[in-house]
Order: sequence, then structure tokens, then C-alpha cells
Amino acid sequence: MAELDTSGGGHKKGPGVKKSKKLSTRIDLTPMVDLGFLLITFFMFTTTLAKPKTMEINMPYDDKKMEEAEKNKVKNSCALTVLLSKSHRIYYYEGIGDNPEKAPDIKVTTFSNTKGIRDEIIAKKKMVDDMKRSQQLTEKDETTVLIKPDTTSTYADLVNMLDEMNINDIKVYAIVDITDLEQGWIKITEEANGIK
Amino acid sequence: MPHAKLPRKSTNIDMTAMCDVAFLLLTFFMLATKFKPDEPVVVVTPSSISQITLPDVDIMLITVDSKGKIFFSVDNKLKRMDLIEDVNSVKNLGLTKEEKTSFALGSSIGVPFNELKAYLDANPDKQKEMTTNATGIPADTAVLAPTNELATWIRSARETNAKVRICIKADGDASYPSVAKIIKTLSGYKIFKFNLITNLKAIPPGTAAYQDAHATEKKS
Repeated sequence: MAELDTSGGGHKKGPGVKKSKKLSTRIDLTPMVDLGFLLITFFMFTTTLAKPKTMEINMPYDDKKMEEAEKNKVKNSCALTVLLSKSHRIYYYEGIGDNPEKAPDIKVTTFSNTKGIRDEIIAKKKMVDDMKRSQQLTEKDETTVLIKPDTTSTYADLVNMLDEMNINDIKVYAIVDITDLEQGWIKITEEANGIK
Repeated sequence: MPHAKLPRKSTNIDMTAMCDVAFLLLTFFMLATKFKPDEPVVVVTPSSISQITLPDVDIMLITVDSKGKIFFSVDNKLKRMDLIEDVNSVKNLGLTKEEKTSFALGSSIGVPFNELKAYLDANPDKQKEMTTNATGIPADTAVLAPTNELATWIRSARETNAKVRICIKADGDASYPSVAKIIKTLSGYKIFKFNLITNLKAIPPGTAAYQDAHATEKKS
């Protein structure tokens, strides 16, 4: 069975028994650091710290039951219609263009920061404010922008235009389908300006 | 002349401190990380000044690439199973349990319903290849048109998860009619409020929004 040491506390060992060498508790940490930094690098590259930003959009309530008369509540004097067309060109005119006989005065502009559509929107806003002051329009009237992208415009045009609404603090705006009439007007303007 | 003998120092340095720092940083990144979602296609979104951040959960993401192909995904993994079961029963796709699981674990869908079964049968590598060559989910301006498969997806996703928010992530070069199809489909379901994913850009100085932003900054 088990043998008991009965030598009575004496530490003397036999001549053949060597004293075991005390090992150092230090370990080389270099590989561990290597691994640590490798994992850091991995997580740094896969992480997404910046969350994507979004733009909230409210479309006009589109109900088939709604009366036509109710839809056209926008006053001609406070409306600006913007037609988005190919190669990021913008055609715009004052009013809502409800008179098919007489084509409105269509002008061309771009999204550039100076002398672009922004200046036109600011001018329109100022005009409406002036008219409100001179009692030509009531307090309830707001500058209204009708955005009509045509089939050749891109999504970037639409977002840029919506962004202009936010930038210039236009509260009432809507994305509306372009009419055939307006597409005809664009064509006429393009031809008049020699744009292909 | 006596030469002062410099004691030779050991080149070993104590790595403990460095190790501590490394693992501290590692812990931070592990906890702060959120893996980039698997994107079916490369989409360059246009920029806007909007600073609203995208909510974390319950997002229905409709991706449109520059050619106008539509991809659909729902982020909530728990609801994906319900979604595919709903779609399966509505469209009679006859999907097996494995195919449904494959959908629940997968990401964006960019194939029409008639290819869906084959797509879900394939292994992940093949799926990726199929997504790149996919034609996108067919959509139409009329909600009730039988060709409007996007409408079926949207309806099922909203039925299985009432809290879902709709986000459109479209490429800047996508043509307007392709995006208009989605907007028309949404308004057909009386959804008039949704989010467009954009990049952040600076507010141009001298405008109404610029003055507004600076007025609130001064107050706070």
C-alpha cells in the first residue's frame, strides 16, 4: 500500500536525487500579441461604424375616389413646376401648367450650386412671401413645388431635387407624373435650344 | 586608458503591457462591431443633407442597381421563415423545408418566382453567382398585375411583420421609371411614407437649412 515517509521531516535526500530546477514563470507573450493584433485588424476591417443615413419621404395621398377638383387646389401663383430630364437637365416654369393651349415660359437650368435650380427656388419663395405681405395671397398659401421626373431622368436627379426641398425649407412639394403635354414642351424647348 | 565596459542588456522586453492593450482593443472592436450586410450588388447611393439614421431592426430593403434590377431583403432573421412560408402558400411554389431554411439564412433575393426554387436549392457560392446574373424581381406600376412579383413580396413581408419599415436603396444612375415602379407599387398598398437611403453631404452655406442648423447649434 502507500508508503509513508517516516524519515521525520529531514530534507536530506539520497545522493542520486537531484533538486528539481525552478522554472521561470515568464512566458514569451509575443505570439499572443501577434494574434491579438491580427484579430483587431480583422474586426477593424469588417466593422461598420457609420450607419447609413436615410431620407424620409411622404408621397401625396393618392386615392382614386378623390375628386379632381380637390386635387387642383394649388394656386397657380405659388406653384413652381420642375421637370427633370436627361443628362441631369432641369426644365422649370411658374405655375402648374394647366392651360394646354398656351405653353408656359419654360427655362432650363442645372443642379449647380450657383445659378442653378436653388436660386430659382429661393427667388420663388421670396416672391410668394412678398405676395403674402401685400395680401395677394393668404397666410395659408405656401410655396409649392411640383416635381415631375420624365422617363429619361435618373434616381439621383430625384434625390437631388428632394434634397433641394429640404435645403431651401420648402414645406409643400410633391412628386407627380409628367404629362404628355409637358413632354411635348420639353421637346420643343430642346429643339429651340439645339439640344440633342 | 581604461575602457568602461557597458553591461550587455537583454533584448527581451516585457510583452505583458502590449498584450493588455491589444486585447483591450480587441474586446472593444468585438463588441462594437456589426458585420457589413451581404450586398447583392454594388450600389452608389446619391447624397443628401438628411441626417436621420437608419433604424437597426425591422427593415425591408429594396435595392435597385444602376441597371434597374430590383433586389429584395428583410433583415429580421426570425421573420424570414414566416415570410417564405407565406410567399410559398400564396404562390404555390412547393418549396421543401430545406429550401425554406436556405431562404431564412440567406440574404437578398433577386430572382423571379419561377427561378426561386432552383436558387434556394443551390449552394451559397452558386447562389451568389445566380444573384449577379439575376434579372431582378419583376415589378410593375400596377399593384395587382400578375407580373408584379415585388408586390407579393411586400405584401407578405408586411403581413408577417407589421412593424417593418420600407427602405429603398437605389443607385444614383438607376433610371427614374425603375424607381417609379417601386413607388407606384407602394402607393398601391397605401404606403406613402418610406425611407430612401442616401449618403451624407454638407449643407450648402447661405441656404435656409444652413441657417436653421446653425440657429439650433447656437441655442444648445
